[in-house]
Amino acid sequence: MEMDWEELGLKVGLEIHQQLDTRKKLFCGCPTVLCEKEDAVFKFKRYLRAAKSELGEVDAAAIEEAKKRRAFVYYVYESTCLVESDEEPPGELNDEALDIALEVALLLHMKPVDEVHTMRKIVIDGSNTSGFQRTALVATDGWIESDEGTVRIDTLCVEEEAAQRIGEHDQHSDADMQEYSLDRLGIPLVEITTSPDIKTPSHAREVAERIGMILRSTGKVKRGIGTIRQDLNISISRGARVEIKGVQELRLIERIVENEVRRQLMLIEISEELRRRNARVERRIVELSHIFRDTSSNVIKRAGGKVFGACLRGFGGILGIEIQPERRFGAELADYARRYGVGIMHTDELPAYGISADEVRRVREAFNASEDDCVVLIASDDIERVERAFDAVLNRAELAMRGVPEETRRAMPDGNTAYMRPLPGAARMYPETDVPPVSVDEERIERILRSLPETIEQKKERYKREYGLNEELARKIAASSSDLFEKLVKSCCRGGAVTPKLIARTLTDTLTELAREGVAVDAERIDFEEIFRMISENAFGKEAIPDILKFLSAHPDAGVDDAVNALGLRAMRLEDVERLVDEVVQSRIDFVRERGMSAAGPLMGVIMKDVRGKVDGKLVSDILRKKIASALVMEHDRR
Amino acid sequence: MSEMEVLEGDRVKVRKRTPLGEVTYEGIVMPSSTDSLVLKLDSGYNIGIRVDETVHIDVRQRASETGDERTGEKETSYKKSEPGEVIKEGKAVVSILSTGGTIASKVDYRTGAVSPQFSTADILDAIPELAEIAEIRGRVVFSILSENMKPALWRKLACEVFDEIRRGADGIVITHGTDTMSYSAAALSFMLRTPVPVVFVGSQRSADRPSSDAAMNAICATKAATSDLGEVAVVMHGSTSDDFCYIHRGTKVRKMHTSARYAFVSVNAMPIGKVLYSQNVRDVRVMLAEDARRREEDSLTLDENIEERCALIKFYPGEDPAVFDFFVERGYRGIVIEGTGLGHVSADWIPHIRRATKDGIPVVMTSQCIFGSVCLRVYDTGRDLLHAGVIEGGDMTPETALVKLMWVLAQTSDYDEIRRMMRENMVGELGTRRTCSVQLL
Repeated sequence: MEMDWEELGLKVGLEIHQQLDTRKKLFCGCPTVLCEKEDAVFKFKRYLRAAKSELGEVDAAAIEEAKKRRAFVYYVYESTCLVESDEEPPGELNDEALDIALEVALLLHMKPVDEVHTMRKIVIDGSNTSGFQRTALVATDGWIESDEGTVRIDTLCVEEEAAQRIGEHDQHSDADMQEYSLDRLGIPLVEITTSPDIKTPSHAREVAERIGMILRSTGKVKRGIGTIRQDLNISISRGARVEIKGVQELRLIERIVENEVRRQLMLIEISEELRRRNARVERRIVELSHIFRDTSSNVIKRAGGKVFGACLRGFGGILGIEIQPERRFGAELADYARRYGVGIMHTDELPAYGISADEVRRVREAFNASEDDCVVLIASDDIERVERAFDAVLNRAELAMRGVPEETRRAMPDGNTAYMRPLPGAARMYPETDVPPVSVDEERIERILRSLPETIEQKKERYKREYGLNEELARKIAASSSDLFEKLVKSCCRGGAVTPKLIARTLTDTLTELAREGVAVDAERIDFEEIFRMISENAFGKEAIPDILKFLSAHPDAGVDDAVNALGLRAMRLEDVERLVDEVVQSRIDFVRERGMSAAGPLMGVIMKDVRGKVDGKLVSDILRKKIASALVMEHDRR
Repeated sequence: MSEMEVLEGDRVKVRKRTPLGEVTYEGIVMPSSTDSLVLKLDSGYNIGIRVDETVHIDVRQRASETGDERTGEKETSYKKSEPGEVIKEGKAVVSILSTGGTIASKVDYRTGAVSPQFSTADILDAIPELAEIAEIRGRVVFSILSENMKPALWRKLACEVFDEIRRGADGIVITHGTDTMSYSAAALSFMLRTPVPVVFVGSQRSADRPSSDAAMNAICATKAATSDLGEVAVVMHGSTSDDFCYIHRGTKVRKMHTSARYAFVSVNAMPIGKVLYSQNVRDVRVMLAEDARRREEDSLTLDENIEERCALIKFYPGEDPAVFDFFVERGYRGIVIEGTGLGHVSADWIPHIRRATKDGIPVVMTSQCIFGSVCLRVYDTGRDLLHAGVIEGGDMTPETALVKLMWVLAQTSDYDEIRRMMRENMVGELGTRRTCSVQLL
């Protein structure tokens, strides 16, 4: 679907969460290491209740969670303490984490606050044992450049990472009990929030990439899967603000934005259609078990034969409309029910699940429902759960007539999203009185400003300028976070075969290719300086680099010299090379006559088969061209 | 800097020049514990601003004008419990007496203020389950932090409980700060004989947090207050999980952890019961140990008099006996010593102790080991202490021994009678046998 993003009024804001690589957690002395759940020393179980605010208000998101009455089980490790278990007050805000947060803030041209106040943000899905996440605003009001203009950075907060859900993708995990691992709880992270200045899906990805590069420039953030997460705030003019949580892969951003725009457009169409039909939601829940007394449906049998239904007047066919790739509107309603541990079935998809056409007919009869209507069924013997699930489903159906509901949604690996909970209100923050405010004085800011790292972006531009690398190679080597490249350039490039480009390629592409072949090269242990020195002295050709690296990886105790000997790479003497080239040209003289200078390419292949790594390819090529030229001249003279 | 005075609750716009450029904040002025101006921004975050010549403040709206503006979402469908309507016939009546320990709190997210709630309606609003267990009558007896508790207030509390039972309460729940809860529980144990459960409860995590132990403890305590129990007890979390509470005898319980939920432990005794928790109050179950006193086993009596001039001295190596003499000279009527090991102090204390007991000031020995009983017959120092007139405190905690001595001194001034009463097990405070299955941490 080709879309005009500007006309749709697409606005995207990013919220980037990046774990910091500190020695200790944000509010306790525990190490910031992850554990295997098998290493848990014990588990404990808790419930959470939403505390009321002064006016009897409870946050909408908090109420939803509380309705579920779930138990939470936490895995405890040797590396966690009473703070993670919510059995001890937190310590003071980790200074190292605050320094890193300030460094990132300054790289994003933000203004730090004078005094950092830690807040409690109510979160009662169990991911924080306390029932709130500790979070503090560190800086505001920054910006970054992007290909499509300046994007403002609104806020940077430092906060505690939540506990890791165990069995996240388990179908029934939303029901009665949720397990969490305490190892991740309390690892410091920064949350960077942009203004909704992003205008297209690809722009969203670009901005996420740029911010990611700035974060990595510090060398003080955690790397690897799960250490950085993107949340997306997406809206279009006629839709609503939807927050999409937990995008772990940058490459999914574009697809998620596109799918969300499409979903909102479909929901708008559905609402128009429902209004045209004068659709309405009947809030009458009827037990239909008698219809299914002799059913062959296993779903219903498993529920003890208990089936309940409710009628959506004028919704016929609507639940079957696809609103995301491979995802129908019915799935949207099912998301709401699943939070109470039950699924739904509806007449748009029946007969199915072993339910017969006759049973469907009798279900319709029970509501006096025609083809224009839709009956939603829930099979469960837990009446309370059925009531709650229907309440949620029918509320969602009512919202469908109004358009796009504001919600928090969960990113799925296929680029779709599923309903998670209502958008949280602002009504969920109050001061963490156990943690004293931290003053950020000018001296501290000056100290951090003085040691601000060169960003990857700046480094890339400098590499292009100083070393003549192309954009792609400069970007790769700049992003690789080690100083090795520049060290090698300074010590090994003295004209000749060893160029900055060769070094950069070796450290990026060559290593990547070897990794693809299954050779893991530990770059820290390889004496690259020696390799490049020998090449510059024509000891062997640069073509031998992959073989040498392979050998050194397989023989950790061997030196470069050993590799050269073992691989028979000792360089050939110049006269030997010339003799070999001469032989090849003479033996294929007809071919040379026929092709002229363009015979060089194919012949190069033949020669290199014998001399690869023993002599620089460029040198061979020069000799070959010279020999071909002189052979041709001789031919010419002979004629 | 504006000349206008800025008041808490005002909505202000602050502009500040910084070396990195100008920055603007808008928000509501909050109370500040430092010199900084603290603002609550619309996002809900608080920040502190150093007010100096680089700062310009505009008051956008005075606190007095903001009226009822709240940032929070309203949720009208949230059911408020109506305590007046849930009372069913035949339901047990439980009086909840509040002394300052909070089991219910409200948070004002606009100002960040947390206010403890004491009225019956507020408590039921926060923990509606209580109304399913019993007919709740709530009353605030006093409202203090438990470290500010005094013997005079134990007396007042005992009288209040006595009155409530006389008026027909089937059980009493007392909310109490955890710091000195075991002293109060011991005091009421000696002052009252009760035919109904008198249950102390508190929380280790404040009630404003979603993870607070207040609600579960209160539910278990209320359930215990409707049970067959017939003595003064403490009901608090039994483990770090939200799975059960222990019922501890009021004279044997001690707070053994500064912060954890499972801080309360029966010392030198097993708990007298357990309340198995469930989110569904109908499934909350009380189990009583055989030796727990049962409902109606005792009839209601009150003897709230105590001698407050008693001291508890902890002995440490090298401590000057003048510390001991100080209390004697100040007219203290009884002294409990928390001695080392089996119940010892250094030999140079013995003449000072002998002088006190000769003057009719009882000296009771307990142990800073907490677990185990004192025994003064094993070593010479112990035997010398016995000769000097020291009374062995058995396996009582030092705190219980102190409270008991205060109560005993109000009953009699006869030294032998005091000694007899201190050595006699009155309300389960003295054990005769200790098993090795002591519930240690």
